[in-house]
Amino acid sequence: MSRPPGRKQENHKISRELFVLTYGALVAQLCKDYEKDEDVNTCLDRMGHSIGVRLIDDFLARSAVKKCRSYSETAEMIAQVAFKMYLGVTPSVTCSSPAGNEFSLILDKNPLVDFVEELPAERASLCYCNLLCGVIRGALEMVHLAAEVTFLQDRLKGDPVTEIGITFLRKAEDRKHKR
Amino acid sequence: VGHAVLAINGAEVNGRLTADGKDVLEFLSNPANYPVSIRFGRHRLSSNEKLMLASMFHSLFAIGSQLSPEVGSSGIEMLETDTFKLHCFQTLTGIKFVVLADPRQAGIDSLLHKIYEIYSDFALKNPFYSLEMPIRCELFDQNLKLALEVAEKAGPFGPGS
Repeated sequence: MSRPPGRKQENHKISRELFVLTYGALVAQLCKDYEKDEDVNTCLDRMGHSIGVRLIDDFLARSAVKKCRSYSETAEMIAQVAFKMYLGVTPSVTCSSPAGNEFSLILDKNPLVDFVEELPAERASLCYCNLLCGVIRGALEMVHLAAEVTFLQDRLKGDPVTEIGITFLRKAEDRKHKR
Repeated sequence: VGHAVLAINGAEVNGRLTADGKDVLEFLSNPANYPVSIRFGRHRLSSNEKLMLASMFHSLFAIGSQLSPEVGSSGIEMLETDTFKLHCFQTLTGIKFVVLADPRQAGIDSLLHKIYEIYSDFALKNPFYSLEMPIRCELFDQNLKLALEVAEKAGPFGPGS
């Protein structure tokens, strides 16, 4: 939540239930608007992307982190600092490729699915939390890192864990030549 | 000496007229209006001048980082002249915040970080603000003004510009 300057740092907390319910209402509405699961997924990803491009500056301004020097540092930063700051959970990170550009975030707890146990039968391929993928993708884009972010496993679909896969697409551009 | 009247009693001055449209010198010479608080400072830059400064500095910044003998240098962080100091802070997302201040003004680094926070709050979180466009958000302006006032008071030798 934003902190008004010149006043003492008040933490305006809104109830977690309200946030989770709002997200649920968003997904429910998208399901009414679009018949196909892929369309809902794309829409969620797009929304997440526009959140991510704005959220990144909030993250950088508040956490005062230094520039990451490797993909693995970046993945750790996302899991340990960003997820903690915004969702209050800390997924564990594993590197899933010898090339060092594919990572997995294993989510033990996911606040967004607090009230959802499983997907309805007619929505079997819905990625309920696809917004998160868009957010990560948008945020990385703004620090000049192109990445593909998808759900590799989803508890809602019956998998044992929820796993987000991040694949960094090309070498991080040398910042001296940018902007 | 190179300074101009910037504000009277807190309201900004527009050329030779006050905010209500009265002539400044007339207002100041009428004893009925005392006590009056006047803010002096260097001339404010026009929008055009700001654009020119920004685009010139943007190129200098890029050239500076490449010319630097140190490997992995950032761009220009500070430019010092006799009459002013230019401070620049570049975020990891590539946005540059540039502050022109009095050479003796202290606390600009924290001001730049504060402005980054204000930008990320009141510009980026405003759903009607589009990225890369000029910022016309009321809350952003208000909070920016507050932050500048705080920074000016903190300076050891009076207000910056």
